[in-house]
Order: sequence, then C-alpha cells, then structure tokens
Amino acid sequence: MTSVTYHDVQFLEPAKTRNYLNVDYGALSWLLTKDHKRIGILYMVSISVMFILGGFFALMMRLELLTPEGDLLTSDTYNKFFTLHGIIMIFFFLIPSIPAVLGNFILPIQLGAKDLAFPRINLLSWYLYMIGAFTGLLVVIIGGVDTGWTFYTPFSTQYSNTHVIGTTFGAFIVGFSSILTGLNFIVTIHRMRAPGLTWYRLPLFVWAMYATSLVQLLATPILAITLVMLMIERFIHVGIFDPALGGDPLLFQHMFWFYSHPAVYIMILPAMGVASEVVAAFTRKKIFGYTFVAYSSLAIAFLGFLVWAHHMFVAGISVYSAMIFSFLSYFVAVPSAIKVFNWTATLYKGSVSWQTPMLYILGFIGLFTMGGVTGLFLAALGLDVHVTDTYFVVAHFHYIMVGGAVMGYFAGLHYWWPKITGRMYPEWWARLGALLVFVGFNLTFFPQFILGYLGMPRRYHAYAPEFQVLNVMSTAGASILAVGYMLPLVYLLWSLRFGRKAGTNPWGAVGLEWTTSSPPPKDNFHETPVVTWEAYDYPAMLKAMGETQNV
Amino acid sequence: MMLTDFPLFPEQASTVAKQTDALFIMLTIVCGAVSVLIFTMIFVLAIMYRRRPDNELAQEEEAPKILEATWIVVPFIFFMATFVWGSWLYFRLARVPDNALDIYATGKQWMWKFQHPTGQREIDELHVPVNRPIRITMASEDVIHSLFFPSFRVKADVLPSRYRIMWFQATKVGRFHIFCTEYCGTLHSGMIGWVDVMQPTDYQKWLAGGSEGSLASQGQALFQKYACNTCHTEDATGRGPVLLGLYGSTVTLANNATVVADENYIRESILSPQAKIVKGFGPIMPTFQGQVNEDDLLKLLAYVRSLAGPRTTTPPKEPKS
Repeated sequence: MTSVTYHDVQFLEPAKTRNYLNVDYGALSWLLTKDHKRIGILYMVSISVMFILGGFFALMMRLELLTPEGDLLTSDTYNKFFTLHGIIMIFFFLIPSIPAVLGNFILPIQLGAKDLAFPRINLLSWYLYMIGAFTGLLVVIIGGVDTGWTFYTPFSTQYSNTHVIGTTFGAFIVGFSSILTGLNFIVTIHRMRAPGLTWYRLPLFVWAMYATSLVQLLATPILAITLVMLMIERFIHVGIFDPALGGDPLLFQHMFWFYSHPAVYIMILPAMGVASEVVAAFTRKKIFGYTFVAYSSLAIAFLGFLVWAHHMFVAGISVYSAMIFSFLSYFVAVPSAIKVFNWTATLYKGSVSWQTPMLYILGFIGLFTMGGVTGLFLAALGLDVHVTDTYFVVAHFHYIMVGGAVMGYFAGLHYWWPKITGRMYPEWWARLGALLVFVGFNLTFFPQFILGYLGMPRRYHAYAPEFQVLNVMSTAGASILAVGYMLPLVYLLWSLRFGRKAGTNPWGAVGLEWTTSSPPPKDNFHETPVVTWEAYDYPAMLKAMGETQNV
Repeated sequence: MMLTDFPLFPEQASTVAKQTDALFIMLTIVCGAVSVLIFTMIFVLAIMYRRRPDNELAQEEEAPKILEATWIVVPFIFFMATFVWGSWLYFRLARVPDNALDIYATGKQWMWKFQHPTGQREIDELHVPVNRPIRITMASEDVIHSLFFPSFRVKADVLPSRYRIMWFQATKVGRFHIFCTEYCGTLHSGMIGWVDVMQPTDYQKWLAGGSEGSLASQGQALFQKYACNTCHTEDATGRGPVLLGLYGSTVTLANNATVVADENYIRESILSPQAKIVKGFGPIMPTFQGQVNEDDLLKLLAYVRSLAGPRTTTPPKEPKS
C-alpha cells in the first residue's frame, strides 16, 4: 500500500476529555498517585535534581584539573567529589533514567495497557528511590564519602574516615527501587499486551526494557548482599574482605563487579531501545533486522553476566581465568555491533528527518560505536595491563555512559516530550543543544583517551605537568557540555507554558503511544486498542488509521 | 605555565612496550577505520535520503539481507584475532625471564618502598640496570595499591593479602614515572615516584653506596631474632621442616596434597602456619600475623629464597586467587 501517503490520513483527535495532568490537582494527588505517567514525572523531577548535582561535582573536578597542581580543592575534597559524582550519576541518575522515567511513562502505553501490572509497587519504588536519594544527600551534607563509587575493600571497610555506611545504605535502598521496577515491567510485558500485540510485534523499546528488567531483577540483589557484607565488616569488624581480619579483598571485587558490570547494561540497553524507536520514527521505516535487534538485547543481558572479571585483569586473578573473561568479553561485542550496523542500515532508502531526537540518536550511534570499539582495547589482556585504571578507561566508559546512555535519555525525552506534556519544545533551540552536547562531549572525553595511553591514572587530584594541554582541552569541552545540558532545562520548562500544542502524533510515527491524545487520558486509551500490524509497519498502520477515520 | 612539553604518545622504554604499542596501533587503525566508516555512512545516508517533502514515507526497499551475516561474522573473526594477540602478550607479561634481578616492593599510604637484594632501600625512587629483567615481588601494608610504569607498559595491583609479582626489562637509560593506579585514599595522586634506569656499571656504583648488608642477610638476622632457627634447623633434627632448598620445590602436606613452595606459600606459612601443615610435622608453629611487618616479611622471604641456591627453574606462576 505505498499509495497511502502521510497526508491521506487525518489523525483522529480523540474527544477533548480530561488528561492525566488535569484530572486531579493538589500535592497529594501526585504523592499518592498510582498512575504510571505521574510516577514517571515524579522520577523525572527527582533524577533531574540528581543530574544537576552530579554535574556540579564533575564541573568542579574539571576545574581542578585545569592545572597540574592540586590547588582549587584539597585532596580529600577532590576524592569526595569524584566519589559523589560517580555514585550520584550511576545509582541516582543513569540507572533510573530511561527505565523509571520514559519506561514508566511510555511502556504501558506502547503495550496498549492502562497501567503497569502493580501500580502500588510502582509508587513504592519511587518512595524507595527517594529514601535512598535523601540518604545520599544527607551524606553529602554531613561531610561526604571518599571511597570511589567502587567501594573497594579494605579501604572502604577499614581505612576511610568518611560516611561509608550511610552511602552504602543509600545505594542499598535505591537498589530495591530498581528491582521492583524491573519486576513490574517483566510482569506487565508478559501479561498486559493489547489484543494482537504478539511478541514479534512489540516495539524494540519494549524488548530492550524487557532485557533491562531481567538484569535489574537478577543482578541488583547481588549488590545488596555485597553492600550488606561491607557494612557488617566496617561496623562490627567481621572479617570478610579485609585480610587483616582473615578476609579476601578480591572477593569484594568479584561480587561488586558481578552486579556492576551487568549494571552497565541496565544503563545502556534502554538507550538502545530509544535508539530503535527514534530511528524507526525519523526514517518512517521498519528497523532493519528487527529480530536480530530484539534478540541482541537479550543476548547482551545474558552475556553481561559472564564478563565481570574483565575489570580485574591486573588485580591478581589467575592468567587462565583472565583469558576466559577476555574471550567472553569479545562475545558481548557481537550483539552491540549488530545493533549499530542495523540502525545504520535502516537509514538506507528511509525518509530521514533531522529533528532533535534523531540528531541525538545519530550522535548516540557514533559515540556508542567509539565507546564500544575502545572496549575492544580494554578486553585485550596484554593491552589492558597498560591502559586499565588510566584515563583511557575514564574516556571509554563516558563514551558509553554519557555518549550512549545520556544521549539516549535526551533523545527519548525530546521524542516523547510532546506526548508527556502535550507541548512541542522549540526545535531550533533543541537542535542547538544537541549540537553543543555532541561537540562538548567529544572535546571533553576524546583527549582523555590520549591521556590514558600516556599513562595518566584516574582519580588523580594532581598530575604530571606534561599532561596539562590535554586536560585543558577536556575542561574546555566540559564547559561547552554544561551549556548544552542547561539549554534543555530552560527551553523544556519554557515549552510547558509557551510551547506549540503537540496534537496526537506530531512526528507522524507509528506505535500505540501515537494513537492516544497528548497528554494521554488517565487510563491511556478510551477503548482498548487492537493491534493488526507489525512493528513499524508504516503502510499497514496508516491504512488502519485511515480506516478508523472512515468509520 | 609550561605548555611546551606536550607528548601525544608515551615513551617506549621496555622490551614489552613495542609489543603493547603494536597491538594498540593495530586496534587504533582498524577501529578508527570502522568508526569513520560508520560516521560516514550515517552522514551520507541521512543526507541522501533526507525527508522531503514533509509527508514523505520511506521507500519499501531494504538493504540486502546478506549484510546481517557479514557484520556478525567479520567482526567476530577480528575479535577472536584480537583476543589471541592480547592473550599472547599477557602470557608474556606473566612469564618472568630466568635471569631476573630481584627487587622487593612495599606499598603503603602513600609511598613506595623498594629494597634491593644487596640491602639498599629507597622510597619513591627505584634504581635499576638497563637491559636486564627486573622481577618485583610486592605486597601492601594497608589498602590495595597498584604499581604502574607507563613507559614500560606494565602495572599490577599490590595487595595486602599476598605477594604479587611483576617484571620488566628497561631498554633505555633515563628517568621514568612511577604511578599508583589503584585509588588508595587522600594522597593517592601523591603516591608517585621515579624509576632511574642506569648503565650496569653505574648501577654497580650506586649499589656500592653502602647498606646494612644484603637483604637475605638482614632476613637471616630476623630469622634468629624471631627464633625461627630453633625449630627450622639446617639438618632434619629440628621440629620444623628444613628450609634449605625449599623455595620453588614441591611440598607434600599432611593431607597428601602437594603445593609448590612459592612466595605466597612461604608468606602464608609465616602468617597462618596452621593453614598448610607439611607431612610428618605437627601443627605447633605459632602465627606471626601482626608481629612481622611487610618490609621484614620480604627480608625473611629473601632469606628463604637465598637458601634455595641459584635459581635454575622458572619461577612459580602467578597464584590463583
């Protein structure tokens, strides 16, 4: 049905009814809400505050590193800042970002469901997040913590004089929020799909969230156990990790990375899901190799559990176990490569629009590729000996976490902003923001690859003078990046009041979320949708919509 | 501010450095090319098929299906090749050459202490001869540290629980950085130093600068101070096993298991003597945990090593964790 063009279909504007935003008013209607959309908004506000805080610590670090001497901050302050930056960005921003904000809001609508399977548990997970976040903020206020986000023993259990127990307690609590969100999503995806929405008709965002949820559900308890053991050793000196008490410090690293490596995939898989949605919408084309992209999410989730010790190649594991972990690490690279190539191939003969979400995702594909290929360097055993624990690693994981996960979050935020708020953001300002983020990001982190290979260790408050030029470049880039991140904060808030009304389907995209009004009614749909088309099948979907209209 | 000194590539000052760099350069070229290819494809395709007019739908035609198999199989072959190359290098780094000179290192917050076999001690400074393999046996007195020589492309974490061994062979005379690369507290970034690579004759002159006797002889003095020699006698009449020729040999335990008497076996036998009892002996030795510091432990180790005579076999492998 290629004869159907976009203009043949006048998208039906559903009858003007109350939407989820104006159905109730007052603080309690938000704080006690069971609506997945409102909970998504609660998360959005909370993690934005944490993002600003984590970004502040990052900027202070970059300012300190303008000069080789440790002159702006004391060593202890610097150590606390990089620790807090890591803990806040990972546990309180990146892990909840796409799942708890965009997933919460969009996933049930993409499934044609009224809500998540367990709305009360969904609200509970936000409260757990807030308890963890307030614990974390309290720690910041009373003096901070200086263990690094990795909490390596015996430093964290015996030698640090900072608030280790408070911090680990906060991370412990927020872990349950993550587990409950994962559980909720898995049950919802299994049980609450609309009639006709078979597994292979699911949007790829749902596949990615499913894989993410499995990891959240299965890996996070290990972190909880590890942190409890750490607290026990620090508090009552039971020897678990500290050799002076008869423990083994490497045991901690194994347990920590058994969670924290899969946690990388908790952060990047959702961004991959957003990438698939955005590429499809802004090429108006089915994602090339849909099943490969869908299964590669599951493959990443599975293989992600088998590679944890590649963080420990110089830590003192046996040569042969190191070989096995290196070998398996190269397997994870395969499904990631599949995704990158499939997104790129989707552009071929597509109808490519250069709107902001797409700009972010095109940037995401490029930066994720660079983050991915530098992972190949780190997985090569003999080479890792030189580059591990240097700025090479810092650059590598920021390409994945910021170039990948954060760009994915911003793409998704812009893509679904009209659906969430009913308003359009200002396109040109947003494009400028995306460009600034891309340029600023590369200027910040590319020099760090070179610094790392030169041998500059990570977590250094002061450094050798010959590293200065590259550090100055990096700090300059961070300033641009900061402006790039401030822009959306301003124009998105502006758009809430002054933005153009979005309408049901501003992008001309397919997917159930684009068939309900913007913002959606409290129950998402006025009547349960029936799905008769494959995912991203533009002609069939437009035809179905056209028929709806003719009724 | 001095901004003139602006290197983009680290100095190659060890035998391994060239090999590490070769792998790095290969990966940079291949991965760089792939990244450029993907960036170019994105740009070209996104411009070529840009949306106009606004209501345009995509064409039905897709990229050829064979591509899917191509970009699974080709990268996989490349990944496996990289894996083999990286592992080969790692094995090389794990195998210490036979004629290595022994240096003993202790990491503590926030300094590096080095001891030479002849007894010289130095802090945050290490003198070594050029063109000779150097084997460093090391442990930490407190938290985990990591000893890193960027110009030699080697590093290893230094643990408070057991000995780690690393080696390098410097190929250039000069001064090169030493960094701690495992975060260890307040002055982590101050736990740095210099390795001075010298001509062998200069090194000999430096060694002649005086010491309190060789490390092994200092260890022997401790051996008597802690009264180890009352049980570990030189003949088989003592209540403890004879230590002559012990190091590097295979020991049969009371439960008939066998272990190689490497650095960590000796360390454990001093700190937790009940952990492995040698066949034919009673579990009577008291623990020295908390009584002997890491520096003295290394001296005792040097003494026990010296009792083995000249090293003839390859040194023991890195132990399992």
